[in-house]
Amino acid sequence: MSLLAVENLTVAFPGHVAVREVSFAIEPGETLALVGESGCGKSVTAFSMMRLLPPNARVVTGRILLDGADLMAASPAEMREVRGKKISLIQQEPMTSLNPVLSIGTQIGEVIRRHEKVSRRTARARCIELLDLVSIPDAHRRIDDYPHNLSGGMRQRVMIAMAVACGPKLLIADEPTTALDVTTQAQVLDLLDDLRRRLSMAVLLITHDLGVVAQWADRINVMYAGRIVEQAAIRPFFAQPMHPYSRGLLGARVDVDADEHYSASRLSEIPGSVGSAAGEAGCPFAPRCPMVETSCRVVPPSLLAFEAGRRVACPVSLQAVTLEAARHG
Amino acid sequence: MAEPLLSVRDLHTRYAVGKQVLRAVDGVSFEVGRGETVGLVGESGCGKSTLGKTVLRLVPSVEGAIVLDGADITRLGDGAMAQHRRRMQMIFQDPFGSLNPRQTIRTVLDTALKVHRQGDRAERRRRMTEIVERVGLPADALDRYPHEFSGGQRQRIGIARALVLRPALIVCDEPVSALDVSIQAQILNLLVDLKRDLGLSYLFISHDLSVVRYFADRVLVMYLGRIVESASHATLWRDPRHPYTKALFAALPSTDPTHKRGAPPIKGELTTDLSSGCRFCSRCPAATDRCRSEEPLLRSVGEGHHAACHYA
Repeated sequence: MSLLAVENLTVAFPGHVAVREVSFAIEPGETLALVGESGCGKSVTAFSMMRLLPPNARVVTGRILLDGADLMAASPAEMREVRGKKISLIQQEPMTSLNPVLSIGTQIGEVIRRHEKVSRRTARARCIELLDLVSIPDAHRRIDDYPHNLSGGMRQRVMIAMAVACGPKLLIADEPTTALDVTTQAQVLDLLDDLRRRLSMAVLLITHDLGVVAQWADRINVMYAGRIVEQAAIRPFFAQPMHPYSRGLLGARVDVDADEHYSASRLSEIPGSVGSAAGEAGCPFAPRCPMVETSCRVVPPSLLAFEAGRRVACPVSLQAVTLEAARHG
Repeated sequence: MAEPLLSVRDLHTRYAVGKQVLRAVDGVSFEVGRGETVGLVGESGCGKSTLGKTVLRLVPSVEGAIVLDGADITRLGDGAMAQHRRRMQMIFQDPFGSLNPRQTIRTVLDTALKVHRQGDRAERRRRMTEIVERVGLPADALDRYPHEFSGGQRQRIGIARALVLRPALIVCDEPVSALDVSIQAQILNLLVDLKRDLGLSYLFISHDLSVVRYFADRVLVMYLGRIVESASHATLWRDPRHPYTKALFAALPSTDPTHKRGAPPIKGELTTDLSSGCRFCSRCPAATDRCRSEEPLLRSVGEGHHAACHYA
């Protein structure tokens, strides 16, 4: 059984639908990447899983099954037991997620004492262990520091320590390194990966950076305008991205490995913006898509299975790939 | 060799932080040739944005010289500076924060033209229509407000605002960092086209080495207020010499999942500890006793290639 399954989730805000019919599952111990551009619904999906949506959001349909139990039906008290204990969340900006007037030891200790009946002294000892675990030097001294004493990377390590304090089965990392420098990014992602193994937890890695996905994730879900448009394992995805949007995203990125320069080659663009599809009936990507056909503009395509573990919401692309394979086969 | 458009010599910028002095820019020299794009790359807090603002005279320098088009503008008063300001403009990172939400795009552009006494009413109108079209905005954009545009379009407005004055030098401070990947490519391509068509020169500031390498002719790598390596884009990519540059390259995640990722080459983060010796030595995997006592100066390590490392 999957650790967590999102089934047919639709979340609406007044005036627009942020997440549409999203379904995916996270297996124990894996890193699943949720990729998309700002406003595509990836963070709303994550907040739904924690039941932390803003008050004006409405879950129209859908279930979120954690070990088989539906979180959407859980009481507020039950949810408080889930958050921090079974599912934890770390966010992009560690400075705004930490309380500036409490020492980091107090803040990590609060999580431990919320979920486990332990003394202050034991909680403090556990804090020091946790700070050690996330490689903060001089943990016994650092524990009394305040967030402003720490650098951005160190703050994110504190957030991670807090998130894993009660041994959650799932860690949701929402753009965990977007606010950090590249050299720090690699250190923090390596730490997350190491903890995933040692604490045997699953990680839902929300990011817009396909390089991060290629290096640190096992599987990928690509979201566009509230829908999942492609699901795949990492290697097949990067060998052959199938949805035109996935291809566009990869193409628009300056390739780290190739010696590209503006004087010799142009970057491939995805024309228009997400807003281009406002008010249209069919595929939300159709106005920007290089492969668009008239059939695309009728109904939004649903995810179609291609291979085991791979689904793509684009019949046109699927047909093209199948034809191409037949020609070579 | 022709005179460079911009020449910066031994520039220093300091901020007072409480009772301490922060040397944000600490002796930087470089040139930007006509039609050249110079990339400036470094981590947050290394002083790259301060350097850009100092060059534009938005932040005062304490030492050094800034020469634009042969004229020393380092110590010019506001009145004398005004005529030079039109020649150098800036594009900001956050296209929303840098536009007044209560002003239509027409007001934004017209104000820039009026301040610099450019043309009469008809001429200004013509130039505004022209630039809006040139940066790829719809013709009716002029009478709309910033909130009516998407992030990518707002950055186009920021570009139009900088270009309507027909400058020679544009300082681009992280112009694509706040944008989505698919929009980044659109804006970078637009900047390339504008440079070619209008003969612009760019000082392109970014933390993203892959973007800088694509976009710049020459790259400066900055660390704690100093340039630690400078080279043409091709040389830097083929043969980086400074350990910090190597670490920046190694930290870029490849989109090839089969490409084996090594351990992070450097540990820790940028500090403001400026003790004697090399500024990078606390994080450098190859630091020796010499590095801890003697500060390396920027020296030539090849044709047009400079590095500030004893062992480069």
